[in-house]
Amino acid sequence: MKILNRKTQLDFMTHRKVALTLSIIVMVLSIASLVVRGLNFGLDFTGGMLIEVSYPSAPKIADVRAHLNDAGLDDAVVQTFGAASDIVVRIPPRSEEESDAELSTLVLNALQVGVEGEIIMRRVEFVGPQVGDELAEQGILAVVYAMIGIFLYVMFRFQWRFSVGAVAALIHDVTISMGILSAVQIEFDLTVVAALLAVIGYSLNDTIVLFDRIRENFPRLRKKSPIDVVNTSINETLSRTLMTSMTTLLVLAALFIFGGEIIHSFAFTLIVGVMVGTYSSIYIASTVLLQLGVSKFDLLQVEKEGAAVDARP
Amino acid sequence: MNQYPAWKYLLILTILVVGTFYALPNLFGEDPALQITSTRGFAIPLDLETTIDDALAVENIKYKDREKQGNRLLYRFNSTEDQLLAADVLKKALGEQYIVALNLAHSTPGWLRAMGGKPMTLGLDLQGGVHFLMQVDMDTARGQMLDRVVDDIRTALRSEGIRYVSVRREGNGILALLRSAADRDRTMNIMGKDQSLQGLDVKEVEAGDNFGLSVKVKEQQLVELQQTALKQNITTLRNRVNEIGVAEPVIQQQGAERVVVQLPGVQDTVQAKKIIGATATLEYRAVDEANDAFTAAQTGRVPPEARLYNRRTGEPVLLKKRLIVSGDQLIGASSGFDQRTGQPQVSVTLNGVGAKRMLDFTRNNVGNRMAVVYIEQKPGGHKIEEVISVAVVREPFGKRFQTTGLDSMNEASQLALLLRAGALAAPMEIVEERTVGPSLGADNVAQGFKSVLIGFVLVLVFMAIYYRVFGLIADLALFANMILLIALLSMLGATLTMPGIAGIVLTVGMAVDANVLIFERIREELRNGNTPQASIRAGYDKAFSTIADANITTLIAAFVLFLFGTGPIKGFAVTLSLGIITSMFTAIMGTRAVVNLVYGGKKRVGKLAI
Repeated sequence: MKILNRKTQLDFMTHRKVALTLSIIVMVLSIASLVVRGLNFGLDFTGGMLIEVSYPSAPKIADVRAHLNDAGLDDAVVQTFGAASDIVVRIPPRSEEESDAELSTLVLNALQVGVEGEIIMRRVEFVGPQVGDELAEQGILAVVYAMIGIFLYVMFRFQWRFSVGAVAALIHDVTISMGILSAVQIEFDLTVVAALLAVIGYSLNDTIVLFDRIRENFPRLRKKSPIDVVNTSINETLSRTLMTSMTTLLVLAALFIFGGEIIHSFAFTLIVGVMVGTYSSIYIASTVLLQLGVSKFDLLQVEKEGAAVDARP
Repeated sequence: MNQYPAWKYLLILTILVVGTFYALPNLFGEDPALQITSTRGFAIPLDLETTIDDALAVENIKYKDREKQGNRLLYRFNSTEDQLLAADVLKKALGEQYIVALNLAHSTPGWLRAMGGKPMTLGLDLQGGVHFLMQVDMDTARGQMLDRVVDDIRTALRSEGIRYVSVRREGNGILALLRSAADRDRTMNIMGKDQSLQGLDVKEVEAGDNFGLSVKVKEQQLVELQQTALKQNITTLRNRVNEIGVAEPVIQQQGAERVVVQLPGVQDTVQAKKIIGATATLEYRAVDEANDAFTAAQTGRVPPEARLYNRRTGEPVLLKKRLIVSGDQLIGASSGFDQRTGQPQVSVTLNGVGAKRMLDFTRNNVGNRMAVVYIEQKPGGHKIEEVISVAVVREPFGKRFQTTGLDSMNEASQLALLLRAGALAAPMEIVEERTVGPSLGADNVAQGFKSVLIGFVLVLVFMAIYYRVFGLIADLALFANMILLIALLSMLGATLTMPGIAGIVLTVGMAVDANVLIFERIREELRNGNTPQASIRAGYDKAFSTIADANITTLIAAFVLFLFGTGPIKGFAVTLSLGIITSMFTAIMGTRAVVNLVYGGKKRVGKLAI
């Protein structure tokens, strides 16, 4: 079976200006959404407490709220989590008056009020405010360092124009993915940071495969213009790009549907990221490459350049 | 012709056999078990097994199997009910000399275990348990140190007969005011010699009519204080965790002032938190018999040598400021009943210094009262100070004595536990907590397993349809990849977490990428009119550098994730990177070997099923 039966010869690069404009518009919208709506930061970054309990039968949310109010927890947010009998209580960070052990006991006792049978504690998460700040800082640093590492590796294996193209595509992917997360208000926690880094890894994978083909095709198609070389390369790798995206999306869909509530944000981010990443490696990375004026000389003369430097008196 | 030399086939086969072997333990389940160790870390005496067997036989509890592993005894049971029943029975039968901890022991057969085979460790999110990140409150620790130095300076001056105007804390240092230049010189001289006053910077300062000395603690001393405080806290935490009875706790330093505590499988998390988070200690003080506590409480006029405390009932008590004995001089505590009155009590044993001081005090104070103050440090620097008992000293005593006046047996055993587990050197605060109940853990395992399985099967089917024979070969490689990945995770003793499972799922999706690259190349070569054999060869050769580049960049991202990630995120990074490495092996070498076996030998291959 083949998705693309014959050798495709689609002219991707004539539309590159349109694609680039579209990408820039979406990126601007993403940034606007990030500024206006912001991200729905989870407990990892805001600090506070989260308690998930399972009731013997589905309780009325209003009742649960009332019991929490009676216990003096009027700032608690109550939501169902997955099943109707699963309740999550979120409590914003407080002053240091109460220890975390006492707070969780207080909440669990308040939830038990008026319930026949025993409620089951599923999980308690508590993040102190200082830890929240640190986790946010580490998350940002991780993304930045990953990009620097990738930039250097691509520069070493290819050339600086390729590095810029690859990193531009990554920034594009991360910005748009985060914009979508902000638009649909998916909870942004540590697992989402991990997912974003996996998106970086994945999108890069795609980009490198294409770059590798471009590098191979420049000497082979010596008479053709850079645009044609890029076009041919995209077409030659197209069925692989689609195929790999397909298998990855298949497993991600399995993870999203069957993996449970905890892994939801993670799977969602990756699904969005893989789609954006597939698009960006076709359009963004190679368009940037062309805009920077890549030519066959960039790749052919690398060794000679080195030799010339060495030979200098 | 496409053929591997025999050694390559052999190598691949060996790796697969070894991999299967080490992945095997994961197929066997886990038994509920009890782990018995000595409280003080002694070897298990030979007759202990008989004692345990007898105790279990009395209650008619059957166990599956028992074994001795170094300094611990492991009893496996058929059900969790039996395990919990047995735990209660054994805790009573063995007393406080042994720790009885609930455990899940993997039921890997002996021959596999003997060769180092063990299943993957499940993370807290999969088996349930508690994770704490605790931070040492260094400001308070420094303050406490300064207070101690102030006390020591006063004591030294008093014993040398130097009269001082004042010695007090000021900012980050201490200011001592003396009456004459000669006194000041003598003081500096004393401070140079006194053992307890080393590591201080002492400077003369202007102080109006008086002669001032400014005392600062040296930076190096502070760093040492921080390190010892953290080390001592870790020891204390370890003692406390042992008291709770946790089979495989993790207690580790993280950074300069934090400690990670992980207690897998703990069921009663509230209790665990209470014991770990508490900073309790006792102080023994003399009651001020010369003044009336009620008058002092009403007028607010407290005599200078005394301090006002409250009893549990709210009744005020005046206690002398000078301490008789404090918690760090205490070496043992156990709970029990007073044989005469039947009241709950705690028997306390003091160390040499404590015993001597206690004896000195009680000898001169028979007939006077002595009080026990219970001090609990709360997060954020709050302190609960309560007088838990006031008793008349009936006769002089030293090393061993009893504390009574507790409300219940439960309270007595809790207090004994906290005393035994020792006081923290510096107060600690829980800055992060992640507790997963056992039911959620079980759900996570089920859901994680299900999503891996479904994702895996979907990819297998898809590849087989898309690439036919070559797709089936890639499926074999994917299967081998899973086995190798699980084997590696098991061998490295890596902890499998929910994000780790996500990493495996993602690896499944991305592992086929290498094969997709190769197969697309082969198709391309065939389209260009090359012979099947040449196409296979060219496909593998040309795809290799692409695969290497693509995977190395992904490894860079995974490596950064590992460096910056904490806890569960690290698990994701580990499975992802290991998965990339194993997939390189199976997707390139593994599939090539099978392709060579199928097509390589034939002189002419009509058509490739790709």
